[in-house]
Amino acid sequence: MEQLLTEFPELSRGALRDLRRYIDGNFKDFTREYGELIETMFDPLKWFLLWVQSVLLATPWPIVIIVLCGLAWLASRNWKLVVGTAAAFLLIGWLGMWEDTMVTLAMVSVATLICIGLGIPFGILMARSDRLQAIITPILDVMQTIPSFVYLIPVVMLLGIGKAPALLAVCIYAIPPIVRLTNLGIRLVDREVLEAADSFGASYRQKLFNVQVPLALPNIFAGVNQTIMMALSMVVVAALIGGSGLGTPVLRAVNNQYLALGLFNGMAIVAIAIIFDRVSQAYGKRLQKHREGGHGV
Amino acid sequence: MVSDLQKKKPAKTKVEIKNLYKIFGPNPKAQVEKVKGGVGKPELLAEHGHVLGLNNINIKMPERAVQVIMGLSGSGKSTLIRHINRLIEPTAGEVIIDGEDVLSMGPNELRDFRRKKASMVFQKFALLPHRLVKENAAYGLTIQGIAEKEAEERAQKWINRVGLAGFENHYPAQLSGGMQQRVGLARALATDAEILLMDEAFSALDPLIRTDMQNVMLDLQEELHKTIIFITHDLDEALRIGDNIAILRDGVMVQQGSPQEIVLKPADDYVSDFIKDINRGRVLMVGSVMDGEKKVPGPTVPSDMAIEDALQVMTSAQSQSAVVEKGGKPVGSITIEDMIAAIARTEGKTEGSSAYT
Ligand SMILES: Nc1ncnc2c1ncn2[C@@H]1O[C@H](COP(=O)(O)OP(=O)(O)OP(=O)(O)O)[C@@H](O)[C@H]1O
Ligand SMILES: [Mg+2]
Repeated sequence: MEQLLTEFPELSRGALRDLRRYIDGNFKDFTREYGELIETMFDPLKWFLLWVQSVLLATPWPIVIIVLCGLAWLASRNWKLVVGTAAAFLLIGWLGMWEDTMVTLAMVSVATLICIGLGIPFGILMARSDRLQAIITPILDVMQTIPSFVYLIPVVMLLGIGKAPALLAVCIYAIPPIVRLTNLGIRLVDREVLEAADSFGASYRQKLFNVQVPLALPNIFAGVNQTIMMALSMVVVAALIGGSGLGTPVLRAVNNQYLALGLFNGMAIVAIAIIFDRVSQAYGKRLQKHREGGHGV
Repeated sequence: MVSDLQKKKPAKTKVEIKNLYKIFGPNPKAQVEKVKGGVGKPELLAEHGHVLGLNNINIKMPERAVQVIMGLSGSGKSTLIRHINRLIEPTAGEVIIDGEDVLSMGPNELRDFRRKKASMVFQKFALLPHRLVKENAAYGLTIQGIAEKEAEERAQKWINRVGLAGFENHYPAQLSGGMQQRVGLARALATDAEILLMDEAFSALDPLIRTDMQNVMLDLQEELHKTIIFITHDLDEALRIGDNIAILRDGVMVQQGSPQEIVLKPADDYVSDFIKDINRGRVLMVGSVMDGEKKVPGPTVPSDMAIEDALQVMTSAQSQSAVVEKGGKPVGSITIEDMIAAIARTEGKTEGSSAYT
């Protein structure tokens, strides 16, 4: 009796080993069976990522900076942000991190695009059904809280080391906020406005595209912003499994205790994060211009 | 408006509701029999865990008239009006519009019905905040698939008509409440629907603005003759714009009739409570309280004149009585005593004057 309280009634060592072997064995079988198929499925994404990366690397740096500044201006209409963008990228290039930065930029943009492309429709579906929401919410919780190193293992077992597994890992980590906030945004749309759309005979599509999505846009956009931030923060971890970019030197710096190298690359990631965050937030605010009333009720 | 009713021409029924029940809860169908057997709203909630929304509603709403539905908060007004365009499905009963059963419509038919036949104005306006005034006014038309440009051109007429010319390119949030509801009205009118459903459309507005909007609506009605179903909990508003008034209490229709009938013969204490504060002299018409037989001397007053105004006429003619006429023919007579009696009777007595027609 006393023993039961002081020692946890754990599985016997042998049983535990068998359990682990069982899981590993099954997953290995699965990988052997389908690994190649899944890898070919991810090929188009990998090619797209490599194409974006090569375009960014092949374009002369002044043009890249001008385009980035142009995008910052279009999104935010704020010249301070434009100047900041230019300064940050000039400094990054000057400190010899241009190529790694372009690789990271490609990874983050492609991952964000994938997350938006999958996450928004998913969020919309989730907003339509309470049951789906009840099923997906805990999955999203797990995706967001499980230590990323843990799900790297099956990803690597399936896809090996390289760009595709790195992209997959980034996407798994970064997609929850966009799904969540799309769902939330659509659920928060004023019921009376939806009722008005119904009363005028709007079809499901008309309601979705003319009412729900536009009114949920500020929330959806907050989701995009968070997704970008999470993708960026996953860059270092993705480098572990072949993501390359700014994460690789950081890992090298950790292994060899190169303080300056780690700091420079770390700061480059931070700089990109700040720029993306400010620009996308400014854009999100501009989307809501119509809400500023002169004298509302 | 009220005067039209006095002509008593038998109007065609536009909207008919028959034996309508609406029960909210997990298993409403099973409760219908209980409600039919006499279980009331509080009992149904306490003992069966269902909310009784509407209890055996029967009403015929005439074409081209303003039907007001009144009742306290929670009495089922919004629930009732939403059955007309089937935003709410009934638990039992029938809704018939122009002889057609709304409940048997398939999804496409129903959508078409909502697009073309009935449009709605909402208490909190329910405009699209991200669209300009002109786009909001054209909303019903764009839903029908009419090209943006043509829709906005057609909606422009209604923007002008409700007095919003010059505000086409504003966002709703930039307008005051009264102006926003004008947009709501323009949006509802732009589809040329014959039926206008207005759920407390003016209740969110200040009293002065509300009177303004009532005038806008009455002017429009003078010209358009729509079938308007108007919900309010404000009796003054009901009397001002209603050709007919129906009163709901806890999901039950307690009385229907012309404003004159409601004021002269309240069906129960609930209704008398509603009408106890009104200015009867201004609401009641001479024709409603006159004596159809007695011939008396005095000036002539039209039968749809308010008692208050008739008193003025009689006082300046220094007469104790007057001849009531309608369409140029004398139809009865009235004395100052009759009028004072009609104004003074404030209790909910139901043995009203026998003379009203
Ligand atoms: N979806 C619903 N589920 C449960 N009960 C409901 C629902 N909708 C309405 N009810 C109930 O039905 C009754 C009638 O509600 P309704 O909204 O029609 O009242 P109303 O007369 O329009 O009131 P108000 O003046 O406050 O708008 C209320 O008791 C309300 O609580
Ligand atoms: Mg209501």
